[in-house]
Amino acid sequence: MQTLIAISGLGVFILIAEIFNLRKLLVPVAIIGLLAILGLNVTEFSTPGTFYNNMIVVDAFSVAFSSLFIILTIFLVALTDDVYKEHPTKISDFIAIKIFLLAGAITMVSFGNLSMFFLGIEVLSIALYVLAASERLNLKSNEAGMKYFLMGSFASGIILFGICLIYGATGSFDVAEIYDLSQGAGLPSWFAIGIVLMIIGMLFKIAAVPFHFWAPDVYQGSPALTTATMSTLAKVVAMATLFKLLSGLTSSMSPEFEMVILVVSILSMTVGNIMALRQDNVKRMLAFSGISHAGFMLMAILSLSTAASTLLYYSAAYALAGIASFAVIIYVTKNKDNEDIFNFNGLGKTNPLLAAILTASLLSMAGIPIFSGFFAKFMLFTQTIESGYLFLVIVAVINSIISVGYYFKLIVAMYTKEPSETKKPVPFVYYFAGVVAILLNIIMGLYPSLVTNLLR
Amino acid sequence: MDVTTLLLLLLVGALATYFSGDKIASKVALFFSLAAFCLSLYLLSLYKQGTDISFIENWIESPKIYLAFQADGLSMAMVLLTTALLPLIIFSSFGTSFSNAKSFYALVLFMAFAMTGTFLAADGLLYYIFWELALIPIYFIALIWGNGDADERRKAVVKFFIYTLAGSLFMLIAFAYLYQKTGNFLVGDLGRVKLSSTEQFWIFLAFFLAYAIKIPIIPFHTWQAKVYQKAPAVGTMLLSGIMLKMGLYSVIRWQLPIAPLAAKEYMNVFIGLSIAGVIYGSIVALRQNDLKKLLAYSSLAHVGLIAAGCYTLTLDGLSGAVSQMIAHGFVIIGLFFVAEIIYRRYETRTISEMGGIRAQTPRFSSMFMILVLASVALPGTFNFVGEFTVLYSLAQNNIWFALFGGTTIIFGAYYMLKMYQNVMLGETNTKIFKDVTTNEAIVLIFIIFFLLFFGLYPKPIVDLVTPSLQEILSNINRFN
Repeated sequence: MQTLIAISGLGVFILIAEIFNLRKLLVPVAIIGLLAILGLNVTEFSTPGTFYNNMIVVDAFSVAFSSLFIILTIFLVALTDDVYKEHPTKISDFIAIKIFLLAGAITMVSFGNLSMFFLGIEVLSIALYVLAASERLNLKSNEAGMKYFLMGSFASGIILFGICLIYGATGSFDVAEIYDLSQGAGLPSWFAIGIVLMIIGMLFKIAAVPFHFWAPDVYQGSPALTTATMSTLAKVVAMATLFKLLSGLTSSMSPEFEMVILVVSILSMTVGNIMALRQDNVKRMLAFSGISHAGFMLMAILSLSTAASTLLYYSAAYALAGIASFAVIIYVTKNKDNEDIFNFNGLGKTNPLLAAILTASLLSMAGIPIFSGFFAKFMLFTQTIESGYLFLVIVAVINSIISVGYYFKLIVAMYTKEPSETKKPVPFVYYFAGVVAILLNIIMGLYPSLVTNLLR
Repeated sequence: MDVTTLLLLLLVGALATYFSGDKIASKVALFFSLAAFCLSLYLLSLYKQGTDISFIENWIESPKIYLAFQADGLSMAMVLLTTALLPLIIFSSFGTSFSNAKSFYALVLFMAFAMTGTFLAADGLLYYIFWELALIPIYFIALIWGNGDADERRKAVVKFFIYTLAGSLFMLIAFAYLYQKTGNFLVGDLGRVKLSSTEQFWIFLAFFLAYAIKIPIIPFHTWQAKVYQKAPAVGTMLLSGIMLKMGLYSVIRWQLPIAPLAAKEYMNVFIGLSIAGVIYGSIVALRQNDLKKLLAYSSLAHVGLIAAGCYTLTLDGLSGAVSQMIAHGFVIIGLFFVAEIIYRRYETRTISEMGGIRAQTPRFSSMFMILVLASVALPGTFNFVGEFTVLYSLAQNNIWFALFGGTTIIFGAYYMLKMYQNVMLGETNTKIFKDVTTNEAIVLIFIIFFLLFFGLYPKPIVDLVTPSLQEILSNINRFN
């Protein structure tokens, strides 16, 4: 709870700092503030509790995921510095928006009441709409913002409708109360409809097939840093929220419902991967790869009672690899009018370190040991086999093989094609963000228990 | 002192090589590979004295994964093969200069680290991690430092990577499935697991896919020739000398003990497939005009016979297979090095452009001849010991298998001698062929010495591996 207050306070402080013309200090202050909040958040592990009539519930799940979100935000804020160098007047706004986005994200994993859940999702989404359209002179960015806003508000409407139906059926917004009521018999049929509508809305937010159509266009049109935010932070937030919603509202899923999740999961990974194979634009490719990763993460939902730690591990592995790859992508595509793969030609020669960072993050996403992406997939597979879905695991493995095809397209371009430009000095922050994210990723790969034990 | 020291040494060697700079990277790598060889000899002596050099430590609580390295005779033999070949491979590259040499040699040492880990790991998942790790350095070695047209090379190497990864991911599913039964991945526990015959069949197949692609067994061999041809000499040597032995070793260590019933029931199918590889490889080798490709197909034929030996499930078959793995590792590296020596002088790998070399350099041609004869398993070379034992075990199983398997020797003699004739004999070539340098001669002499010495006195190697093979066999027969 204190974390949430502190984050909101930090966001307001950043806005005020602008007035006193402290722009140069903004990024360091924001990062130090977030680090302090991370420390504060970790102390909440030992003090779980509920606040404001069960509006906010702080438990191991929420604290663990909040820590992940804060770490991701630190990276995203650190990268802000260089991206907005040419527009110094905007920097405080963008940092503040990111921090408010974080507040929304943390609300989404620590709600105890559906109204809080909806507030969280709106705070997060509105921040993202603004960020998507933030390059206001760029037509593509405007298009992306508009598309995302229309589709996103439509999904929010569906979620809200679902919440209303659930309220109509149970007379309560409180998650614990709804759970108790759902155990007994005699709930009207629109209770189930309400849950389905909410899940459809969340599937939209995580861009699972068949609710994924917005993702490629929005990812491609948005400024690269916003794409990074969407594909790392926003994606894992939505995934964690979906998991929390389902495990909070229902005790066991009916076989029909499990079948639906199974089909959505298979469709997401297959469609995402096959479409990604055909892309030349790196942002679009990562959008489709993100769709397929959403499919993988949905596998965790099939073992609701035991998969929380696996989901945490998978999200962390995926998001850290995403941050590292975007650190490189943002630098390479800066001041270019597109993000096609040929921009990466010969990066292995002109800048071996950046190429190594991108290679490592792609290998992690492809699930090659010793990167944490491997253990993430492996734990997910073990979990899913334990729940009796061997078939799904086989499909997932085939998809992992397909995904190597497009991840390696980028690696091959970096190492075997001739560079089109000469070596330029790289701002330190890209190295820093990339190297630290990859190191965290590898440390997680070497000691998976560090992360999985948080939720056991 | 335990086996982790060796792994650490190789890993430190890779890092040190990377940070030593391009100029001395090759020498640093050679130093560390020699150190690794000495250390593994020392470990062998410790093992022989009966000292426990295994290592086990908790790594991950859930899923339960141990950091477990076990050294028995079989593992030690394979580790020695790796560390003995490594200095030879590195030394053989001294005549070639590589751009960005520090990365190149660091990757070579890193690959040796991963392969040694594969041979020593006693925990299924740890083994899997090393198995996959070995793939990454060879991918980059072949991709960046390979030869020939860049586009074709890219295709061949990516195909190789995706193929091998595909196979091993099915092995990962098998491990994940087995974990449900045992609760850990230790090789001992997995070897005692009780599975129905259907389960065994599917698990056997999942493992088979991984190993058949790596070894390669027909019809999963299509990546091989192109990659051998396109990779730099060092990469080809690593692949053919050591990496494909990973697949054969894994058959003995993991596949057979975990699913023995399936291995017995479908024995004829798998021996049949392996032998088909022997015949196919030999026939295709007959028609090759590219020296490296010819050697690649001859390698396909030889490993087919080794795989057949493994699948006989007899002590003779297994011990013959292990001997032949070691012998083949040495001889194939020697032959690929010969191809490289010729390439350094004539800048071609096309056999028809060679010829008439013998008169210019008798020393080189006699060494080449000995390698050719070893490759066709002439009595007196180590290859004869291995190949003969395997054929003997096949004959015990079914005389037809031995008959068809034996074609490897007949065909082998034909295409290898024909190759030798076209490459070395004929009218003296107008192009000048400089005699082999001392460095090159040292590598070849070491290989020849090894092959002849153990050809005449194979007892140390057989004695080393037999007890552990017996143990594995008794485990395989636990269902009777």
